Amino acid sequence: MIKKTVKNVQEALDGVKDGMTMMLGGFGLSGIPENSISELVKLNLKDLTCISNNAGVDDFGLGLLLHKKQIKKMISSYVGENAEFERQMLSGELDVELTPQGTLAAKCQAAQQGFPAVYTPAGFGTEVAEGKETREFDGKMYVLEHAYKADFAFVKAWKGDEAGNLIFKGTARNFNPLMCGAATITVAEVEKLVKPGELDPNQIHIPGIFVQRIFEGKNYEKRIEQRTVRQK
Amino acid sequence: MALDKNGIAQRIAQEVQDGYYVNLGIGIPTLVANFVRDDINVEFQSENGILGMGPFPFDGEEDADLINAGKQTITALPGASFFDSAMSFGMIRGKHVDLTILGAMEVAENGDIANWKIPGKMVKGMGGAMDLVASAENIIVAMMHTNRAGESKLLKRCSLPLTGVGCVTKIVTELAVIEVTDKGFKLLERAPGVSVEDIRKATEGTLIVEGDIPEMNLN
Repeated sequence: MIKKTVKNVQEALDGVKDGMTMMLGGFGLSGIPENSISELVKLNLKDLTCISNNAGVDDFGLGLLLHKKQIKKMISSYVGENAEFERQMLSGELDVELTPQGTLAAKCQAAQQGFPAVYTPAGFGTEVAEGKETREFDGKMYVLEHAYKADFAFVKAWKGDEAGNLIFKGTARNFNPLMCGAATITVAEVEKLVKPGELDPNQIHIPGIFVQRIFEGKNYEKRIEQRTVRQK
Repeated sequence: MALDKNGIAQRIAQEVQDGYYVNLGIGIPTLVANFVRDDINVEFQSENGILGMGPFPFDGEEDADLINAGKQTITALPGASFFDSAMSFGMIRGKHVDLTILGAMEVAENGDIANWKIPGKMVKGMGGAMDLVASAENIIVAMMHTNRAGESKLLKRCSLPLTGVGCVTKIVTELAVIEVTDKGFKLLERAPGVSVEDIRKATEGTLIVEGDIPEMNLN
């Protein structure tokens, strides 16, 4: 077995530098790598490019990095729910590349799996396709979208083992599996880190080959963005 | 009487057929689930990664790892499945989802839709909307007929940045059910008590009226 465990979040983030491109898993606040984000805030890195479906909320998730103006460019599909983000974007302080959600997923997966680019119908005929190569297949138009290139991918899983194998839970899975192995170094933080053999190989979502560093995270807040309930 | 949001959702629910996999957008579309007949089998997909989405959880049972595309806490019904975002949009792009219901700021008579950006004012992003409208073959728009300023949202050409081109098949508003055809907006049904003239006044694009237009049946 090739061991991927690191002692803590500090060791997991060894090598991060100003100006790097980071992928961060999560949809809304569900499944975000809370420990890695906190450490990026502490390290006070600057000029980051962040690829993440959303940009957090004002005081949580990637919103914490935005608040300290650590992000130079944000690549996302949806950035509502974040007033500071909107302010920085409209004032021009923050460079924003809005990308359709499925395209964002495909560009991560392409990077993971060695495809240089993929054709998608999403965005054809809109400003998203401006300047991009388009091509017709069977009478329908498609846009060529290139795989992302990133230095670090930060993902969060429910369970993982020392070999870096990962299992996700519920809709916290989202972009996390697609970012594994899509960057030079993939850092996985998990709620529960177990010994090899404790996870059923049939149930593994992401094999450890896609993960360079794994650690058990601490103090997960797992904040809920829209608490909606019904009465019994 | 023009319909309220629940009325629009109720009318759209009649379009949901037995055996359909359905993607519901945020806003009025979310309400459609409340009105689907309970004698048919339907599964709701939420593009963040669930098929078989159930109602909101009971108070105290909400789970941060179980949300819908609107980031609301939800439940999973028996037979549900979870998956990553690439597989989710694979379902959509691969045309495995039978019906897509979403909101819009503008729809044009050629089926173009705009719902993600007001330049200089509102930039929230397209989320999954561009993927949905680019691939789905059955797209129903749920929206109000006019905006807050009273201007028509059914236009000859969209003025806002597009989400997708030539893709909308049907529109349900508080006033009417309209089909998007090669020749323009074809009026299919009127809301109870709403006249063809009322609808014509609220529609900037070409409105095709053929014969008597029936009232919606909301029973």
